[in-house]
Amino acid sequence: MPLDHHLYDNTLVLAPSGRLDHDNCEAFREELAPHLERSAKDGTPIVLDLSGLEYVSSAGLRCFMLAAKQAKAQNSRIVIASMQPVVAEIFQIARFNLVFEAYPRVRDALAALSPGAAAAFDKG
Amino acid sequence: MRVRFWGTRGSIPVALTSADIRDKVALALLRADGRRFASVGEAHEFAQQHLDFALSHTFGGHSACVELETGRDEYFVCDMGSGARPFGAHVLARQSGRPATVNVFMSHVHWDHIMGFPFFGPAYVAGTRIRIHGCHDVLEHAFRLQQAPPCFPVEFAQLAADIEFVKLAPGRMHEVSGLQVTPQPQMHSGDSYGYRFEAQGKSVVYTTDSEHKLENRTQTERFVRFFHGADLVVFDAMYSLADAISVKADWGHSSNIIGVELCQMAHVRHLALFHHEPSYDDAAIEGVLKETRRFEELTRGTRALRVSAAYDGLEIDV
Repeated sequence: MPLDHHLYDNTLVLAPSGRLDHDNCEAFREELAPHLERSAKDGTPIVLDLSGLEYVSSAGLRCFMLAAKQAKAQNSRIVIASMQPVVAEIFQIARFNLVFEAYPRVRDALAALSPGAAAAFDKG
Repeated sequence: MRVRFWGTRGSIPVALTSADIRDKVALALLRADGRRFASVGEAHEFAQQHLDFALSHTFGGHSACVELETGRDEYFVCDMGSGARPFGAHVLARQSGRPATVNVFMSHVHWDHIMGFPFFGPAYVAGTRIRIHGCHDVLEHAFRLQQAPPCFPVEFAQLAADIEFVKLAPGRMHEVSGLQVTPQPQMHSGDSYGYRFEAQGKSVVYTTDSEHKLENRTQTERFVRFFHGADLVVFDAMYSLADAISVKADWGHSSNIIGVELCQMAHVRHLALFHHEPSYDDAAIEGVLKETRRFEELTRGTRALRVSAAYDGLEIDV
């Protein structure tokens, strides 16, 4: 699974796309791991931009749960933004809306995490 | 085959409170909005057609007990939770004095799954044959222990019925009075076993108190084979997925999401959510059912999976 990433000031935006299920969840975890390590080292907050994610299965949700647990253990933050309606419904049904802070747009998530990151996003 | 649910609640029996009943009646009156009913039948019709199930009924509060009616003279039942008390009354009424033969299949011996046995009427009737099947070495010990002093006034040895314990081998198909029965080991504290029952070309899987670890593909494939093509799967959907893989990981239960995914992979026809969380009220369980049906719709492939939430008194024909 491609995992686009972009740094806005001190905040990292990661954007998985396509489907996240049993077949590719381990690959996704491997892609995510170095970003979580970096977050642990320097406290970089992470925004998961899910605008390109079309579907997530229980296996994919588990990857998100592991990331949330790791972020909590290392006192860093990971939030979610721009979920497509289907993914947002699945999050709700699985009660993952109680696990993650979720924002309608990436800009909203950045503003909640860091004014500097939101300003960098606005500059483009 | 007919599957009849006598107890569907997880972990401990629960009961509606007087406040619950008051609120249901008050809301039903509001929904009636001034209608007049000429008979109890008309009022029943209104309740059935126009009120949510959670308002006009209840999912019930007995712990696990599920009967399989095969058309034979003998009885078949999974687990002896508190639902075994009304099940026993049903057996006695139906037998009208004739001794019964009851085949019990035990998922495991945790208290909520055996607590109904001391109140199972046929156990006190001479001539009744009760064969308790299971895979645990401690099966007989657990049944005797819960009736030993000071826990219960009637010791197991005083029961009048002819009671036999039958050890089954996991993963092997057994023939029990015309019913093909295959136990399958499951992940639960002290182990539990699911059962696949087959008769007359129909199949029912009873799988409760079973946790599914998502990272274990081998286990997933094993359960897909176990469920494959079943007409009905009775599934432990006690927790939300988020709880099942975080704060309640290793508590030995599963979620509605996993139930749908496994049943879809296994081409199951009908999923019955079971072992309801005791802290959930009727509205919460109905909410879980609606969300589970929506999840099935969102993730549906080429064939639809019917989804129900089991309740005490529900009958499903397969």
